[in-house]
Formats: sequence, structure tokens, C-alpha cells
Amino acid sequence: MTSTLSQASDEASSEASGDHGQEEHGDYRMFGLATFLIADAMTFAGFFAAYLTFKAVNPLPAGAIFELELPLPILNTVLLLVSSATFHKAGQAIRQGDHGRCRRWLLISAGLGIAFLVSQMVEYFTLPFGLTDNLYASTFYAATGFHGLHVTLGALMILIVWWQARPEGGRITAEDHFPLEAAELYWHFVDGIWVVLFVILYLL
Amino acid sequence: MTVATPPEIQSAIPRLQPSGWIRYFSFSVDHKVIGLQYLVCGFAFYLVGGALAGAIRTELASPVSDFMARDVYNQVLTLHGTVMIFLWIVPVVNGAFGNYLIPFYVGARDMAFPRLNAVAFWLIPPAGLMLITSYFLTGAAQSGWTAYPPLSITTPATGQVIWILSVLLLGGSSIFGGINFIATILKLRRPGLKLMQLPMYCWAMLGTSILVVLSTPVLAGTLVLLSFDIVAHTGFFNPGLGGNVVVYQHLFWFYSHPAVYIMVLPAFGLVSEILPVHARKPLFGYVTMVYSIMAIVGLGLIVWAHHMFTSGTPPWMRLFFTIATAFIAVPTGIKFFNWLATIWGGRITLNSAMLFSCGFIVNFVLGGITGVALAQVPFDIHVHDTYFVVAHFHYIVFGGSVFVVFASVYHWYPKFTGRMLHEGLGRLHCALTFIGFNLCFGPQHWLGLNGMPRRVAEYDPQFTLINQISSVGALLMAISTLPFLWNVVQSAISGPLAGDNPWNALTPEWLTSSPPPVENWVGEAPLVEEPYGYGVPIDQLDLAAASGRDLWSIGK
Ligand code: HEM
Ligand SMILES: [Cu+2]
Repeated sequence: MTSTLSQASDEASSEASGDHGQEEHGDYRMFGLATFLIADAMTFAGFFAAYLTFKAVNPLPAGAIFELELPLPILNTVLLLVSSATFHKAGQAIRQGDHGRCRRWLLISAGLGIAFLVSQMVEYFTLPFGLTDNLYASTFYAATGFHGLHVTLGALMILIVWWQARPEGGRITAEDHFPLEAAELYWHFVDGIWVVLFVILYLL
Repeated sequence: MTVATPPEIQSAIPRLQPSGWIRYFSFSVDHKVIGLQYLVCGFAFYLVGGALAGAIRTELASPVSDFMARDVYNQVLTLHGTVMIFLWIVPVVNGAFGNYLIPFYVGARDMAFPRLNAVAFWLIPPAGLMLITSYFLTGAAQSGWTAYPPLSITTPATGQVIWILSVLLLGGSSIFGGINFIATILKLRRPGLKLMQLPMYCWAMLGTSILVVLSTPVLAGTLVLLSFDIVAHTGFFNPGLGGNVVVYQHLFWFYSHPAVYIMVLPAFGLVSEILPVHARKPLFGYVTMVYSIMAIVGLGLIVWAHHMFTSGTPPWMRLFFTIATAFIAVPTGIKFFNWLATIWGGRITLNSAMLFSCGFIVNFVLGGITGVALAQVPFDIHVHDTYFVVAHFHYIVFGGSVFVVFASVYHWYPKFTGRMLHEGLGRLHCALTFIGFNLCFGPQHWLGLNGMPRRVAEYDPQFTLINQISSVGALLMAISTLPFLWNVVQSAISGPLAGDNPWNALTPEWLTSSPPPVENWVGEAPLVEEPYGYGVPIDQLDLAAASGRDLWSIGK
């Protein structure tokens, strides 16, 4: 009996430190996510390396069209950078326990992400070349398309987090907001990739 | 009443899981179950890959293609390579032993992400089945495990696309596993356990997982582009449409040279666990081992173009990649001499685990020497794409990794099942495998040096005799599997009971019952600060003392 009791109190204390442990838990979930993002970044690195090599050693045949305009992509860059900032605001708000403000900032972030996707679509439909027209065009669509996929997933994630951050009964609270933090890290990552992509595809 | 709750919490996870044999067919999150799932599943695919190898060697017993049509030969060859690499070696040296051992080694009750772990495993059977059934339904891919374009674009598309899908799934599984290992090793260590006290296999798995996380995604992206070339008629790698095949090769080998280390570094780690136990000596040069592993990881990422010396690589590139490759021989050599020094003067028990480990050392040094030779451009341009390369990499992947897998099965079988394997059958298995292996692949060096190209179903009749010798070796290897299979099945049912620690080993997985309880240890995990503290007489070896350090100092 005593042994059961001491075991029980052992368990209880480890349960009590379980809250503590939860933070520890959340801690290495973020670590896992960061590792995954490094892997994800390597996929983009592969695409960029391919694009730069093509540019360096495979000149387009005469008559092939590969021209990019700057205005839309600059707008896109601004949209994403601002959305990173607004997401950051959402994170600050939840840490202060202000669910309303947090959810407003989340909605704005998701809206900016969706605006990015719309603007990207507009660009796709106005470009003078298609997916299979030439090597650069294909690589351009592959890289931006893969990035667009990330933005789409990110926007969905933000909406899910928005739902989870509802003041009553949501799983996100001021103390425990792992989903929000994870989505935020992911979103900053996607924005960072865009900046690199912008420089490589549009400016170089 | 609060008394009642805690045990419930304690058993909450196990109770959601089925128990008994059925758990091996379930979505179990227990790392030990998942490890054995990887092992048995991998071995099943090994039998498939072995049957395919048998078909290849049968075809090559005569210089004309009489056993199979040429395109069937190409499919069989492609399936053989893909199955052996992605469904047998990678999952087994990483997934199987990694999952089983790493939580023990870091003093944890499970991996960092148990559910992700189960997902990673369960991606493998469907991917493998898809790959193999493609042979029967549509015809399998024909462009080899490298899937080089333009070949992969011009051969029948359905099989190639299925191949790509299945490799993508397996790559995903591998990445999930890698993330899990990194998090477990770095974040889940029991309090008080320092990095430099970890058993060597942890370091090997940490290095391997870094390679997995950095290089596998590049392969995935590349294969997606390749599938666009096949399905959507883009021209990334299609010279006919202005694309560039050499870019494919760079991206492919950026993954696949690290992949050879993904296949062999864990094996390095496993022998480093086995040798000290059966030689009763501490692992020699722990610190240099750790640095060697990390050096191999770093260098392994910058040597890939040594596979491309005949692809029009410019001179500066040849120079760089030759030198970088030669540098890898240094840390590799350090590890090799450390193993020799570990068994040097030890009280060696020549059981099956030790015999297979020694076989590994012999084979690996031969494969390493031909590897350094291949890195020299003037030599490589003559033997590239010949049987010399086939011999080289089989000495590494078979003579190295597969030998270590068998050594590990003999070493850890008592831990997995609580029963001992039959020693005599084990030695028979080892002898047959060693002779068969060297008979099969040794002569292939000669074939390659004399100009027999790889990946062909027909060859110049002057090579007939040597090819037949090689095929006899393959037959011996096939036969060698029988005593092994009999042994593992028979011993699981009626082998002698092993007790908890039949080898008197000090690494943490042995400091618990065999097989271990679901929570790995009853009570707290032991703190093993000196996992290789051997070198004392058995009667002074105090296994109850969780720390090996005391034992080590007795020895001094
Ligand atoms: C000791 C260090 C090693 C060196 C210096 C080395 C070097 C090389 C070189 C230069 C080649 C290219 C030969 C050619 O295609 O002409 C090659 C091929 C190969 N190596 Fe190694 N290697 C080493 C270790 C390994 C290991 C550890 C593995 C696997 C576990 C491995 C597996 C392979 C494979 C599979 C190929 C053939 C690739 C193909 O299909 O073309 N090698 N190696
Ligand atoms: Cu290589």
C-alpha cells in the first residue's frame, strides 16, 4: 500500500510537473517543426540551384519568351511581409490573453495571404509564357507554384488557428498556444522563402 | 481517490494499443514495436530483392538473354536496386535498429514523436507494394535506381511514374524518421546524460539523420520535376526540349552520395556497439569516432560529383571532387583502425555476431579501397559504368551494411525475444554468406577492369566463365538465407531462454528485462555514463550498478 502510495505521489508530482513538462513538450515540438522547415528549405534550394544552373548554361533558343514584370511581384512581397508582421501581432495578443485582438490580427494575416494568392494568379494569367513554353518558364512555374502551395497551406493553417483561438472552448489559450506558434514559424518561413525566390527569379 | 488516477495515466498509452502479437500489425506507437515492424518488413523486402538478384544472376550465367527478355531484365534490375536500397537497407539500419535502440540509449521511454514515428513506418509497406505490383500491372520502371533522364523519360511512362511516387513516399518516411531521431537524441536525453556519454550508435544516427534531412528533400523536388517531364512534357531534363540532363545528375547525386552514408553510417554505429561487448574491451577512441562521424557528414555533402566524372564535368570540378572524396578516406580510416584497436588484445568471443562484424571489417576495407581508387579521374573514366563499380558498391552495401544487419540480429535477438539463437546455425549462415559474397562480387572487379559494362542482359562471351563463378556465389548466398530463416523462426518458439543480459553488456538497453517492458525500465532509467566500461573480470562486473564508470575504474 505504501509503495502504491509513494508511486502514486510520484506519479502525481510528475503530473504536476506535467504542466511544466507540457512546455518542455511544446519546446521540442517546435524543434521538430524547425527541423522539418530546414528540410523544406532544401527542396527550394534544389529548385533554385536548378534554375540558376539553367540560366548559366542553357541559353533559350531564339524566339523563346521569358519576360517578367516587377509591379505585381513587388506588391506580393509587400503583402507577405506585412502579413508576417500582423501574425506577429496576433502572437503578442494571445500571450496577453486578448483573444479578440489575436483573432482580428489572424484574420488580417489570412486575408493578406489570400490576397497574395489572388495576385499570383493574376500574374500567372497575364504572363506571356506557359508552363511548357521553355526551360526558364517551366522552372519559374515550378518554383512559384511550389511556393504558392505553401502559402495555400499556410492560409488554411491560419484559419484553423483562428478557429482554435476562440475565447470559449478553443484549444489555444494565453498559456498554451502551440498551434499558433507553429503556424507563425511556418508563415515566417514561407515569407522568407518568398524573399529569396523574389531575388533569384525576378531580380537576378 | 487521487490514488486511483495515476496508475491509470501511467497505463493510458499502452492500453489504447493492442497487445500480444496483433500489435505488430497495428498502428502501434511503441518504439520497440515499430522497430521490429521495420525489421521484419525490411527483411520481407530483402527476400523479394534477393529473388530479383537471383533472376539477374541466372540471366547472366549465359552471355545471351535467354532467361528473360531485355526489357524484363531492365525492370528486374531497377526493382532490385530500388527495393534493396529504399526498402531494405535504409529502413533497417535506420528505422529498425534506430527505433529500437535510440530511446534506450538516451534514457527515454519512447521517441520524441511517437505518432509521427508510426506514420513514417506505415508509409513503407504501401510504397513497396505499389512498386512491386507495378511489375505485374503495367510493367515496372526500366531506368535503374538512378532514373537518369533521358532514359527515364523515353522508357514506358506508367512504371516510371509509379516508381517516382513510391520513392517519394519512402523519402517522406525517411525524412519523418530523421526529424524524430534528431529530436530524440538532442532533446529527450535523460537528465544528467551528456552528449559525449552516448553510445556510438546515437552519434551515427544523429549524423545520418542530419544527412537525411538535408539531402532527401532535394531528391524529392528533383523527382517531382522529372515527373513533370514525363507527364506534362516540360523539358527540365529533356535535351530534346532544351533541358539539361546533367542538372538532374547533380541534384540526384546531391542526395545519393549522402544516401550511401545513410546506408552505412548507422552500420558503423552498430558495429561500434557490438565489437566492445564481444571483445570485452572499451570502444577505442570514442572522441575521434564522434569527430570522424561528423567529418564524414560534412564531407559527404560535398563529394557528389565523383559519380559524374564522365558527364562532361569541367576540370576544376573534377579536381575539387577528387580531393574532397580522398579526404573522406581519412575519417573513414580512423574509424576502421579504431575498430581494429577495439578488438586488439581483447577476450574475443567468436560468436555469430562477432564473426559477421569481422566479416564487415574485411569487406568494408576492400570496398573502401576501390572507392578511393574510383575517386581518381584517370581511373574512373575507364571503369565508370562497368562491373568494377558494381563490385565496389556491393562491397560497401552488402559486405558492409548487410553484414552488420546480420551481426546486429545475432546480437540483439535475445533482447527482442528473450531467447537465444542457435550458434551453430549462425556460424553456418556467416560462413556461407561470407564465401558466397566474395565469390559473387570479387570476380566482378576483374569483369569491370576488362570492360564488361553494367546494366546489360547480354555480354561478350569471353566473360562467360567469370560470370558463372559469380552466379555460383549468388546461389550460395541464397542458400545461406535458409539456416538464418530457420534459426530465427525456430528459436523464437523454442530457443533456450536468454535471461536479461546474456552478453553481460553495459549499454542501457541491456539493463532491463528481455524483452523489455512497454515503458522500457521499471522505475527510473539508468544513468550510464560509461557505456563501454568493459575490461574487468566477469565476476567483478556489477551490472546492478547503473553507471559503468565505477566498473571502468575497477579495471584500471
Ligand atoms: C570509402 C569511401 C567511398 C568512396 C571514396 C567512394 C567512391 C565512389 C565513387 C568515386 C563512385 C563512382 C564510380 C563510378 O560511377 O564510376 C562510387 C560509386 C558508388 N558507391 Fe561509393 N564510395 C565510398 C563509399 C561508399 C559507400 C559507403 C557506399 C554505400 C553504402 C557506396 C555506394 C556506392 C554506390 C551505390 C555507387 C554506384 C552508384 C551508381 O549506380 O553509379 N560507396 N563510389
Ligand atoms: Cu558517392
